[in-house]
Amino acid sequence: MRQAFFDALAGIAERDPRVMLLTGDLGFMVVEDFATRFPDRFINVGVAEANMLGVATGLAQQGFIPYCYSIATFASMRGYEQLRNGALLHQLPVRVVGVGGGFAYGSAGTTHHALEDLGLMRLQPGMTVLAPGDDGQARSGLEATYDLAGPVYHRLGKDPLRVSGLGSGYPPDDVSILRPGGDILLLATGTMAPPALAAADLLEQSGVAATVGHVACLRPVPGATLAALLGGFQHVVTVEDHHITGGLGSLVAEVIAEVGIPCRLSRLGATALPDGVTGSEAFLRSRAGLSAEGIAERALTVTGIGVAN
Amino acid sequence: MNGPQVRRLVLERCFQAGVGHIGSALSVSDILAVLCDGAVRGIGSDDPDRDLLILSKGHAAVALYAALHLGGHLSAHQLATYCGDGSLLGVHPEHQLPGIDFSTGSLGHGLSFGAGAALGMKRRGVDGRVFVVVSDAELNEGLVWEAAMFAAHQRLDNLVAVLDDNGQQALGHTDDVLKLRPLRPRFEAAGWAVDEVDGHDPEALRQALHGGDDGRPRVVIAATIAGHGVSFMEGRVSWHYLPMDADQYARALAEVGG
Repeated sequence: MRQAFFDALAGIAERDPRVMLLTGDLGFMVVEDFATRFPDRFINVGVAEANMLGVATGLAQQGFIPYCYSIATFASMRGYEQLRNGALLHQLPVRVVGVGGGFAYGSAGTTHHALEDLGLMRLQPGMTVLAPGDDGQARSGLEATYDLAGPVYHRLGKDPLRVSGLGSGYPPDDVSILRPGGDILLLATGTMAPPALAAADLLEQSGVAATVGHVACLRPVPGATLAALLGGFQHVVTVEDHHITGGLGSLVAEVIAEVGIPCRLSRLGATALPDGVTGSEAFLRSRAGLSAEGIAERALTVTGIGVAN
Repeated sequence: MNGPQVRRLVLERCFQAGVGHIGSALSVSDILAVLCDGAVRGIGSDDPDRDLLILSKGHAAVALYAALHLGGHLSAHQLATYCGDGSLLGVHPEHQLPGIDFSTGSLGHGLSFGAGAALGMKRRGVDGRVFVVVSDAELNEGLVWEAAMFAAHQRLDNLVAVLDDNGQQALGHTDDVLKLRPLRPRFEAAGWAVDEVDGHDPEALRQALHGGDDGRPRVVIAATIAGHGVSFMEGRVSWHYLPMDADQYARALAEVGG
């Protein structure tokens, strides 16, 4: 997904001289093409993410559109106050690109698992927060937002990913319906569409028909679209490789509560303090209940439909 | 415009508003008087090619408001609203106010913003400069040194940091809180050109600000006295926060000149 994003970014930089790429000394085999083609608009700031966000603020004040790249943990947290007091307060077009949402960095360990980035970014008025579902949506979300006046956060997966049925991911009311089904709604964000779809296959075997939806824009909130969608279901399970507070689950809870929708919510995601156990992304997702089996099990539990089976 | 005029307005506004940060505003008054009296080109305008002024030690904003007023960029009526309900003039500066290029108040951010803007000017081919006023206590912040390394590496000789070296911070003297000195070799090792001047000597400040285009960012270490101009405030840590009572205000006004 990040390769698709950077290919698209180079295309935008080709036609818009304001676009720059800053990195906190990460992006081996990803940033080289941009750096070679646009040497004056590529800066490795060193291992100094806070300064990267501060420098980006100054560059944006001078009319540039700087993309700040790092692993999602460092990109979202190390320069958070710089983002808040810089690009957000001044409404400048700084872009934060966090690669490896959730458990994408697997065995790299807890310091590399981005489980709070969406919540942190979603807190801030004036922020646009994107968690695209596949390569195409990473490209279309980038194209649709690169010229916005205020800051944007892009949460990217590491590896190539193709999911059929995803919309453009922006504007924010573009909530994708990936598969129809009347019994329960599974709502995913970021790169969680494939396990949610696989869970729907398992549920079908148990006689449960699940709609699978995908939310790519978490701020601005696609409130009206979500409310209309949630209004058609008695149960929804949110699926995110993120803490269950602050991200998609919280967003859906807010919509349900504030609109008054009679839909019971169950939030699936990380809930525990990391315990140091390592492994692949798939393994760590599974431990958090985010495998196809885990998602299906939660859906069966909350609906009660499949318990007898 | 001169430092005593700025100091008088600082005292007036702080007394009327009943707020502190007086010692720090008095130490930086001569620096801001020089910067706002011609050193910073196009201050208060919306010319995209103007110089920029960033008060990274945002807690001394009242001195900047006073200097902006004396420079004709802020009306007496606006100045009188300092810290009032609905005013844009708070203890720390907000960019919505003309003449304020960046909101500050959280220490350590200004040099990083300034380095980015200075790089942006160079990339645009604009002949502008960025002036960042930092405090010595602010050098506790790691971000200042990230920005210092970056500015030297990028050869940002259009970036000028003016260090209001008043030797004090909120709870003590700077070297008692976290040892910083000697300052010159720290900046020189980071690749900066360094000037050391008397921060209450306007002519020395002016000359230092005119320095070089040798590929190095420049820091003007301005030796100042916290609470300068008011004998009972000078060098007293307590005046970092304390507001004045009526008697103290009268005595301070009598001493400060302007």
